Amino acid sequence: MPSLKDLKNKIASVKNTRKITKAMQMVSAAKLRRAQDAAEAARPYAERMNAVMGGLAASVGSSASAPRLLAGTGSTQVQLLVVMTSERGLCGGFNSTIVRLARAKAHELIAAGKTVKILTVGKKGREQLRRDFAANMVGHVDMSEVKRLGYANAQAIARDVLARFEAGECDVVTIFYNRFQSVISQIPTAQQIIPAKFEAGAATALYDYEPSEEAILADLLPRGVATQIFTALLENGASEQGARMSAMDNATRNAGEMITKYTTIYNRSRQAAITKELIEIISGAEAL
Amino acid sequence: MAGTLQFDLVSPERRLASVAASEVQIPGADGDLTAMEGHAPTITTLRPGVLKVVSAEGAKSFVVTGGFAEISATGVSVLAERAVPVEELTPALMDQLIADASEATAVAVDKDAADKSMADLVAMRAAAGF
Repeated sequence: MPSLKDLKNKIASVKNTRKITKAMQMVSAAKLRRAQDAAEAARPYAERMNAVMGGLAASVGSSASAPRLLAGTGSTQVQLLVVMTSERGLCGGFNSTIVRLARAKAHELIAAGKTVKILTVGKKGREQLRRDFAANMVGHVDMSEVKRLGYANAQAIARDVLARFEAGECDVVTIFYNRFQSVISQIPTAQQIIPAKFEAGAATALYDYEPSEEAILADLLPRGVATQIFTALLENGASEQGARMSAMDNATRNAGEMITKYTTIYNRSRQAAITKELIEIISGAEAL
Repeated sequence: MAGTLQFDLVSPERRLASVAASEVQIPGADGDLTAMEGHAPTITTLRPGVLKVVSAEGAKSFVVTGGFAEISATGVSVLAERAVPVEELTPALMDQLIADASEATAVAVDKDAADKSMADLVAMRAAAGF
């Protein structure tokens, strides 16, 4: 049986924890709103980009002169997995779900005899993947200094990925991130970005292309990669905040329950101590 | 006065403008062009330059660094990698754009194109009088 003092300290400490988790939840809620706004604001660009590229890809795609970013290298031997996770923990299963998906994919590819390379974005994913795939890690992008996610961040990652592709270091590039569904639900998603895949766009109106279709496509594809990475980063950012918000909400509730439980025990043992003292006094008086 | 066309300028981060414009001057990769109502549907890539929109509210100019424009008979949507209203352009910002471009030039596969956009940027800085 813990002493009264111990119980009191325990209650005080859980109360502090609850204050912290409550504050973190509120901070995440504010950040989530901002992240959602950013994702919302980026949507028109990505949508238009995909529509135009889908149309172009449909008309150029089948020809032999199609750019390699669209047609691929003709091989799927070397697979680059870009795993996007958060820099900080305390966000529930957010990082584990992405890592689990990436790990399953990596095992599957290795079993199929492919070469797997892993590029991590965000510290948490690197820590978890390093245990199993230390030999496959080819790079890491540190986002801990990034206060506000900008297109420039996505561009930097895209440039890195494209440089690897151009240098023949990889044939297929897939990104892993959490798609934001709602505060309580984020969907881990794997998306192939090189060779580019588009939903079969409806045949677009007859456009004049300036310079040529091929030249425009060649110019757009790298931008498309950056755009897809940017969208993924934004979705991931919103998902992270959503996951943290619900994780912290749970933690706050648990702390509340714990406080109630300990307070009951505290009151009970205090009452027991008082009763015991009274009995001692009364029986002492009777003995006289 | 001809009719208007819907003009949208979007960057990856946000929508910068959405107005009914009477004409839009676009710095296309193969030369500048002006889109007005009824323009033939065209898709063109952009070179670094100044994009000018004339609408009922007056003329507005934006500095764009690249991207593409989709022109149809009733609208123009410009997807710019970076776009800055001319009023907000400062020598420091210009220098930063040039620094970014030279970074991109260093790793670019197509040196000619990168050098060209670099030259466009430098020309633009000279034109802006910095």
